[in-house]
Amino acid sequence: MDFVASHLLTLILFTPTLAALVLLFLPKGEEKLIRWAALIASLIPLVLSIVLWVRFDPGAIGFQFQEQVAWYPAINSSYHLGIDGISLAMVLLTTLLTPLAILASFNITDRVKAYMILFLLLETGMLGVFVSLDLLLFFVFWEIGLVPMYFLINQWGGANRNYASMKFILYTMAGSLGLLLATQMIGVVAGTYDLPLLFERWTVIQVPLFGIPAGTVKAIAFWAFVIAFAIKVPIWPFHTWLPDAHTEAPTAGSMVLAGVLLKLGAYGFLRLVLPLYPVEAKYFAGALAFLATMAIIFGALGAYGQDDFKRLVAYSSINHMGFVVLGIAAAAWAVGTDNAVIALNGAVLQMFNHGLSAAGMFFLVGVIYDRTHTRDLNAYGGLFTLVPVYGGILIFTAMASMGLPGLNGFVSEFLVVRGTWPIFTLATALSMIGLFSTGAYVLKALKKILHGPLNERWVGHLPEINPREVLVIAPLMVLMLGIGIWPAWILDVINRAVSMWF
Amino acid sequence: MQFPLLSVIIFIPLVAGVLILFLPADRKTEVRVIALAASVVTLLLSIWAYISYNIDAGGYQFVERVEWLPSLGISYFVGVDGISLPLVLLAGIVVFCGVLVSWGIDDRPREFFAFMMFLATSVFGVFASLDLFALFFFFEIAVFPKYLMIVTWGSPKTREYGGMKLTLYLFIGSVIALVGALAMYFASGLHTFDMIALENAGFSMEFQRFWFPFVFFGFAVLGGIFPFHSWAPDGHVAAPTAISMLLAGVEMKVGAFAALRVAIMLLPEGARQWAWLILILATVNVVYGAFIALIQTDFKYVIGFSSVSHMGLVMLGFAAVAAAGQNARNGLIGAGMQMFSHGVMTALFFAIVGMVYDRTHTRDISRLGGLYRRMPWAAIGFIIGGLVSMGMPGFSGFVAEFPIFMGLWQAAPSYAIIAILGVIITAGYIFRVVGKVFFGELCPEYETLADITPLDKVAVGLLSLAMIALGILPNLMVPLVSSGVDRVLALLGGA
Repeated sequence: MDFVASHLLTLILFTPTLAALVLLFLPKGEEKLIRWAALIASLIPLVLSIVLWVRFDPGAIGFQFQEQVAWYPAINSSYHLGIDGISLAMVLLTTLLTPLAILASFNITDRVKAYMILFLLLETGMLGVFVSLDLLLFFVFWEIGLVPMYFLINQWGGANRNYASMKFILYTMAGSLGLLLATQMIGVVAGTYDLPLLFERWTVIQVPLFGIPAGTVKAIAFWAFVIAFAIKVPIWPFHTWLPDAHTEAPTAGSMVLAGVLLKLGAYGFLRLVLPLYPVEAKYFAGALAFLATMAIIFGALGAYGQDDFKRLVAYSSINHMGFVVLGIAAAAWAVGTDNAVIALNGAVLQMFNHGLSAAGMFFLVGVIYDRTHTRDLNAYGGLFTLVPVYGGILIFTAMASMGLPGLNGFVSEFLVVRGTWPIFTLATALSMIGLFSTGAYVLKALKKILHGPLNERWVGHLPEINPREVLVIAPLMVLMLGIGIWPAWILDVINRAVSMWF
Repeated sequence: MQFPLLSVIIFIPLVAGVLILFLPADRKTEVRVIALAASVVTLLLSIWAYISYNIDAGGYQFVERVEWLPSLGISYFVGVDGISLPLVLLAGIVVFCGVLVSWGIDDRPREFFAFMMFLATSVFGVFASLDLFALFFFFEIAVFPKYLMIVTWGSPKTREYGGMKLTLYLFIGSVIALVGALAMYFASGLHTFDMIALENAGFSMEFQRFWFPFVFFGFAVLGGIFPFHSWAPDGHVAAPTAISMLLAGVEMKVGAFAALRVAIMLLPEGARQWAWLILILATVNVVYGAFIALIQTDFKYVIGFSSVSHMGLVMLGFAAVAAAGQNARNGLIGAGMQMFSHGVMTALFFAIVGMVYDRTHTRDISRLGGLYRRMPWAAIGFIIGGLVSMGMPGFSGFVAEFPIFMGLWQAAPSYAIIAILGVIITAGYIFRVVGKVFFGELCPEYETLADITPLDKVAVGLLSLAMIALGILPNLMVPLVSSGVDRVLALLGGA
């Protein structure tokens, strides 16, 4: 037990990889066995992260559950893991969504083995980003997650999958080039990739670097980081890969893409950009807030303009993630104040909440698409009478996504707006327009699918949501309601981490 | 007496080759078995050398020396250090895999395998030579098997052109390098070709500045440096599969290695003076090579140009160290790793291209498609090679390229920023090829295509495994390479 206790993060991180290796040796034809093996294997990290949550001490200063082993000593990079409250929330989100996504994929029949292996590898990639305390290791996991996602979209995606997957990978890799260069440069200048050390060393460098004033170099490196993360979040105007990728990805791929992968970008802002570039972040906070506001407004308007259900949900992600970035921008500007802490609490909670609601929404899109083979909103109509249970679940999830008080989205968006208002009043006021449009597009979708005159073509052809599917969405709904009514259990962990850092 | 490990590694293929030639031409199975046995033994011995090298002690180990022409100061003098030993291992792996994938050769297999064994002796010899004359000797004896194998077994349309172009390019390059080497021999006044002695010859500044470009670029032609790279794609494409693997996987490293061992290590001051030019040319290699690979319609040319692009990174690592010395130490560590990583990767690429061609009889990307369903092993191997090629973390390409760029940041930051573009262009051409050849619609005519043979699978598996292992655990090789790098840095001295 000692080994388990002292290597909890490593175990969480590599159980999925190990499971993928085991899957590799299972016979191809045994689809049922492969599905269940993947599901059970993905439950292990979930159980371990619940153990992690229980053993986590919210009051402690600094990173917990640290592990450090030499990895690439020649360039001073080590396998250094550790978590604080922010990463803990993200680890829990990832380990929760992966089994649900795998369960949601039980209807996949084409090359089940390869699919499940890629999914498990994807989980390791995502978790690695959240638990790395070494800049190089962070980059390793940051990039490696792209590969399984690319193949999931490219092989199991919709009609336009080649275009969408290529755009996804080239966009994200191109975005990472700046991050890669800046990472190399920081390592060369600071002589280490260890994050806690970098927080001390890199921020205080004042001497000119490469014959250029340190401030200029840092400002350029700051933007290199910001662009890489902004593409992932995504922030307007770097968002155009997202609607394509989300729409073409298989259902479970979209769930994880929206639920976790987008959070990687926001997490990059919190873990790297703000601590490594406090001065630059403050200087450019206004620009970030502007971009975030644009994302909120255009994301909502873009969503309203869609007739494709999945595209509508995809654009809504841009809108919701805009609030995360707005909160981060506010905190960058007013670091050290109560408002900053409130805004960041909201931002981190919004990351978690959007993970729940976006995964839920994409799953519900998948459920109806599986039955109707269309995503055209105009092809539905009055379906509530045919599938009342599905309709109820859809309304519930949509309301959570919209930010109805009593559900999770409200708490986090309120905190962001409350924290941001005194800092960027105009941007916050403008983002209210986005919030208003959020209501409009959610209701538009509900109206076109569930209400209005019944489209006769579906009578007798639309079975109700099945128990397996209910099992996927139920945990998400419980958490949505749980956080909406009593957010303290998770906010406490987030709040102490945020107050410690900012 | 100590077991002459290196000599055994060098001469086993030669002996096997001669033995094969003495067999009657119709004993095809015996020919193959002898070639396989020789390559297995050399591979095992090179693994043994790799494991038993004492990193703490460093320097040249497994040294053997026999006077050969004492009056001229020529000796058979071999030994390996941290830079050459990974290359010996690389050659062992690639020769072994080359034999495996050539198993099906039915056109005069006796000569084919014999020549291949001679080529193996040549590359092992270059990597292990500590005597300048011996190095040239081994370097040059590669010419005849290379030329003959390309024009005899190569792709019918271009083999005469490709073989001739490759041979002339490399011949001119090596003659120029030889002139430089002779200049060193006479200028040193030591009357020896012993490279360790020549390291301390104390050549004058003017001498080094004048002769460095001859020696360096003479060898770097074989390393594929721009603008002398154009033999590489033409030659690789014209060659039969196993020779493409050896040419791109090992021979290009022979060029880069000789450029390092002879030009940079013996003329360090010259290297410092000319580093700017290498930086520029190598950066062109990286970016231009990748762009040209992007627009190829021939599957094999994509890989041919990708080698040009990747060898540019090796040269960039050299240039960084030549320019900035100790500060850019990582650059040379990266270059050493990249030589190994690229060798394995490109051998895998050419092996798979060959497997696809053998079955479809076309290399036209637009006529291929959906092969994943027929040849899953080949597809997965190609994808792994592709990920290495684009420097994806978790694979050997990343742990090799990353330090090169760190070195560049010390020596010439602006080149790092330009060269990094190669990464994204590489991703572009790899995903393009993977998408078109292995995925997409399966052409009806390929419906009955056979999967690759078990021997092919062994080769694909071994090469893939090497790249993954190194990517996850760079320390399997980095300490060894570092020990060799320190020696080079000592010569670059006061930098």
